Amino acid sequence: MTDLLYSEEEEALRVAVRDLLTDHCDPAGVIARTESDTPHDLALWKSLADAMGLAGLLVPEELGGHGASHREAAVVLEELGRAVAPVPYLSSAVVATEALLACGDDELLLRLASGRAIGVLAVGLHIAPGGAFTAVRSEGGALHGTLTGIADAAAADVLLVPADDGGLHAVDAGAVTVTPQVSLDQTRPVATVTLDGSPGRRIGEAEPAVRRALRAGAGLLASEQLGLADWTLTETVRYLKERKQFNRPVGGFQALKHRLAQLWLEIAGLRAAARGAADALATLEDADVTVAVAAAYAAPVAVHAAEEALQLHGGIGMTWEHPVHLYLKRAKADAIAYGTAGRHRAALAELVDLRPPL
Amino acid sequence: MTDAAELRERTRALLAEHPPASTGRLDFLRARFDAGLAWVHYPEGLGGLGAPRSLQAVVDAELQAAGAPDNDPRRLGIGLGMAAPTILRYGTEEQKRRYLRPLWTGEEVWCQLFSEPGAGSDLAALGTRAVRDGGGDWVVNGQKVWTSSAHVARWAILIARTDPDVPKHQGITYFICDMTDPGVEVRPLRQITGEAEFNEVFLTDVRIPDDRRLGGIGDGWRVAQTTLMNERVSIGGMRIPREGGMIGPVARTWRERPELRTHDLHQRLLTLWVEAEVVRLTGERLRQQLSAGQPGPEGSGMKLAFARLNQEISGLEVELLGEEGLHYDDWTLRRPELVDFTGRDAGYRYLRAKGNSIEGGTSEVLLNIVSERVLGLPAEPRTDKDVAWKDLAR
Repeated sequence: MTDLLYSEEEEALRVAVRDLLTDHCDPAGVIARTESDTPHDLALWKSLADAMGLAGLLVPEELGGHGASHREAAVVLEELGRAVAPVPYLSSAVVATEALLACGDDELLLRLASGRAIGVLAVGLHIAPGGAFTAVRSEGGALHGTLTGIADAAAADVLLVPADDGGLHAVDAGAVTVTPQVSLDQTRPVATVTLDGSPGRRIGEAEPAVRRALRAGAGLLASEQLGLADWTLTETVRYLKERKQFNRPVGGFQALKHRLAQLWLEIAGLRAAARGAADALATLEDADVTVAVAAAYAAPVAVHAAEEALQLHGGIGMTWEHPVHLYLKRAKADAIAYGTAGRHRAALAELVDLRPPL
Repeated sequence: MTDAAELRERTRALLAEHPPASTGRLDFLRARFDAGLAWVHYPEGLGGLGAPRSLQAVVDAELQAAGAPDNDPRRLGIGLGMAAPTILRYGTEEQKRRYLRPLWTGEEVWCQLFSEPGAGSDLAALGTRAVRDGGGDWVVNGQKVWTSSAHVARWAILIARTDPDVPKHQGITYFICDMTDPGVEVRPLRQITGEAEFNEVFLTDVRIPDDRRLGGIGDGWRVAQTTLMNERVSIGGMRIPREGGMIGPVARTWRERPELRTHDLHQRLLTLWVEAEVVRLTGERLRQQLSAGQPGPEGSGMKLAFARLNQEISGLEVELLGEEGLHYDDWTLRRPELVDFTGRDAGYRYLRAKGNSIEGGTSEVLLNIVSERVLGLPAEPRTDKDVAWKDLAR
């Protein structure tokens, strides 16, 4: 049976990550960074990936990783979501790492697992597991083409690029042109990647590697969305206990209490769904259905939580200075990332035999 | 300390001594109670062995494999789930010995006389009066409502006002009421489903001897908390397989009758299927927390989630059926002993599910409870706390 709880080790991991983020990833700093030329916090990434060794959670020990599982990676993502941390953890340590595990590229895995290199799968962030993705042209070992909507490409050292020969190719970031796109979510910015005769090394079949990578991405994104939603609820409850209007704490008005209780209920559901998905990815039991359930449920809940947080903060929620907009933008972008809720419901229609009208 | 092996041993001994094939159902149930295998977490001599509650499953599995009869717990919900834990906690030794055995075997069915026409969500405002006469007995007058099983019950747990001059929570006393007393009149209360699952109960000069009081005089509200806490536990405590709830019949109809499908219904069905699966996982997570000894606050939310989901799914089901959705299986006044959602048609499910957000705590009150006890938001302003019951607005 699916284990939906957190182990003691997982809770200890949570505390360690939260401590680091409390010290090095405060909301004001994240806002300031979105206005700078370096949207990714590479110093924070180094602490997480290298010093704490968290980039290698999904990689077996014999390949230089930590031999942990998706359950632990999910806990890290909950905390990163809670802090809207601008680090390429999901892109590199989950999605690109899964693609490399599928291809069996030990040398690149070692580089990613150690945190020495950031890897990015060059597939649009909006693509759902099993969805069609763009492949670049391959001509005698050189790659040509343009890929858009590639998350965290600006921070990548190596890109994993699908080509029209059916292969997935490892391409050095120095051999491509990465052009940042103005992104709705500036903490996980997307970019255009242009290949103009870039040399690539074929590491395996693209289709199964991309499918596996995106399934893990979609399933663990639910944990990020859980952390994000949990922060917005906690922060809104805290604020509404403090904020007074009409000579009372605003949080004492029943219309608001009921909305917050409703959010709490949705987030309790999201926690069960996200733990279910992380456990299913770790054990590979019923993973397709469990991931699709979590992905279909998580996006509307996270967006609802962020939208309610903004509304219930009143005017301050509309300011650039207050961090709630970071959470709203991340939640809305996450609702598209690795496939919308509707895409995952469509996948479920096939998986559980609830097919559309004839 | 009783462990699983010992329980298995005791269960086999019971089966050897009272072979189900050649023992009457009631005789077997009494023997099982006396062997301490009825509810193993109860004390010795009261149907249990003081064992961990989780070990009941060991006994149940052995008995089921041997084809032993059970006590039909679905018929005894109020007795097993609410009256028994309250009697166990607050009853005298004599009361425990008198009531628990026939309660568990089902020889005596119990009902609950709590709600009143004027005391629903505000249960503590109840006005049924119990006045002590010269001989020390209590004389009870008042009206109770929403009483399931009243027409088959031998006993009732009853809360009544014994002191109108103090604030409402303080003047309540908890009693065991004999439903065969001549002053007890039970009238069926017909519901929107056509059936009468509930009753109104009129109490006119009902005499209750003082040895049927449970807990101290004026202490009834505290005693009732044990009852109500156990009600919520039993509502949220079942384990459900995927598609095990109301989504099951809708999903089957969808698969078997493709001519009914529309695109709009498809989107709504998939959304509800996902929500049903998430609520199932939430319940499963709650159970895992309980068995790991770390109960979470999720329990407060389960009933809220189930109520909304049941209502939306059953509403979708009626629409999905198209022309058939215009029909209804049976409007005749029936008096069922238990609620059976799956034994009836979609129209019944739709109508009966409306009660899910009212019975056992309305969704509005539960949202208050979650926001105050889980989220720590300020409590609703209270104007009734320090006012004598007799001076409350009504």
